[in-house]
Amino acid sequence: MPRLEAASVTVEFAGLRALDGVSLTLEPGEILGLIGPNGSGKTTLVNAITGQVPVAGGSIALGNTVLTGRTPREIAQAGVSRTFQIGRHFDNLTILENVATAALGKGASVRVALQRATALVEEFGLARRLDDLAEVLSYGEKRRVEIARALAGEPRFLLLDEPAAGMNAEETESLIEILTTLPADRGLGLLIIDHDMGLIMRLCERLHVLASGRTIAEGDRRSVRDDPAVIEAYLGSGDEHA
Amino acid sequence: MNAAQFVLDVLSLGGAYALMALGLVIVYGILRLVNFAYGELIMVGGYTMFLVSGSGLPWLVMAGCGLTMAIVAGIATDYLAFRPVREKSVTAVLITSFAFSTLLQNAALLFISPRPRAVPLPELFSRTVEFAGVITPARNLITIAVAVIMLGLFSWLMRSTALGIAMRAAATNFRMARMMGIPANLIISAAFAISGLLAGTVAILWIGRIGTVVPGIGLEPLLIAFIATVIGGMRSLSGAVVGGFLLALIDTTLNYTLPQDLLKFRDAFTFSLVILILLWRPEGIVRGPASGQRT
Repeated sequence: MPRLEAASVTVEFAGLRALDGVSLTLEPGEILGLIGPNGSGKTTLVNAITGQVPVAGGSIALGNTVLTGRTPREIAQAGVSRTFQIGRHFDNLTILENVATAALGKGASVRVALQRATALVEEFGLARRLDDLAEVLSYGEKRRVEIARALAGEPRFLLLDEPAAGMNAEETESLIEILTTLPADRGLGLLIIDHDMGLIMRLCERLHVLASGRTIAEGDRRSVRDDPAVIEAYLGSGDEHA
Repeated sequence: MNAAQFVLDVLSLGGAYALMALGLVIVYGILRLVNFAYGELIMVGGYTMFLVSGSGLPWLVMAGCGLTMAIVAGIATDYLAFRPVREKSVTAVLITSFAFSTLLQNAALLFISPRPRAVPLPELFSRTVEFAGVITPARNLITIAVAVIMLGLFSWLMRSTALGIAMRAAATNFRMARMMGIPANLIISAAFAISGLLAGTVAILWIGRIGTVVPGIGLEPLLIAFIATVIGGMRSLSGAVVGGFLLALIDTTLNYTLPQDLLKFRDAFTFSLVILILLWRPEGIVRGPASGQRT
């Protein structure tokens, strides 16, 4: 099974380094939490991996396939999908059709795409809303549809950018339930960005912490949580306030 | 004034208008660009039928030739006028689509004739029939039947096929559709091909009313299609159909009610009503998705 590997990735916006030599690996079947303070480059890293922003240095590969410099579409075809912080839907398509688009994009027939979409929509607890238009959904439901849609393309790696943002406690709970079983069921590598540390600590065995565009810690969740550099990045240095 | 007659007139005119509007909006929906060479697809369909008229082929085969060439011309519009400049600017595409329209018209002037040319029509088109107590030209009933079949086919295509779902997704959020792995160029060419098919159908029905084709024949259908889509809602396929039938209702009502000496100013009345509709609903009657952006 190939793994997704970003090596010393650097991204610059008008001379400003948003990412500075970040290396990250995502194994099939694991859930990796990507955390860090606001502006630390989490979304930029996901954008770089999925081809939405150009990479100034370093390389990204899926097994032996080089992804650096490919278009978002080619990267999605290669098996790396993502969701967005601000959900993007096809508002005048039904929920079922929204989810089916990713399968169609991968070349599935309508029948297969709709079957796969139906199963996913049911798994995500939206079975009663199959034929509703996406625009009438609540915020939390939209996020679930977006994840279901990404899964319909049967990706090998899925990058979720703040999947629980804007969800209430109940919705977050059901999301955690679904996400917990996904990687093992499908051999899927899952990367999750979120500010909800409760969610991150429950889902992720391994964490990767960014601050100001650099990796400051990575590894097992307990060791990362107790790492002084991480505590400092999140809480600020104790000395400054002394 | 006979009610059945009125309804038949509205439906036959509206059917033709709706097909015209649909052919224009299918491309606009995806690219957010108006194809000003759309009228010339109708012209190409008409001239193709004129050119094969001496061949002795059965009429249906000739009609098939007209449809095929309209589809080819539609795809050619994409390759020649849209694709090279699509990513650049709206103005560029506006100009190239006008240029392609002028090119086709002048080709017809130069290589065929500025004078009207007769298009082969089956004898059925000129016959009158009695239907629901009214005597009406058979072509009106044919137009209604063809419109119903085409609209049904179109709605099935858009709802139940991979191409249709992909086209609707691309029309709502083109970049996102691309990210899902939907092949953009193929979808766009397919939209132009469908636009050509609808234009070819319109060519047969529209020319069926007059029997001849001239180089400028596409202008009126383009204008009708444009107005119908604007009042119906530029962003919605059903809006185009609604707009087509509404415009036909306005035109037919004016035809029935205006006194003889005002009838020649009918279009002025039509457009005044269109302005009123747009003041009431500037976005058109059927609102489409709000997220649509030019690519």
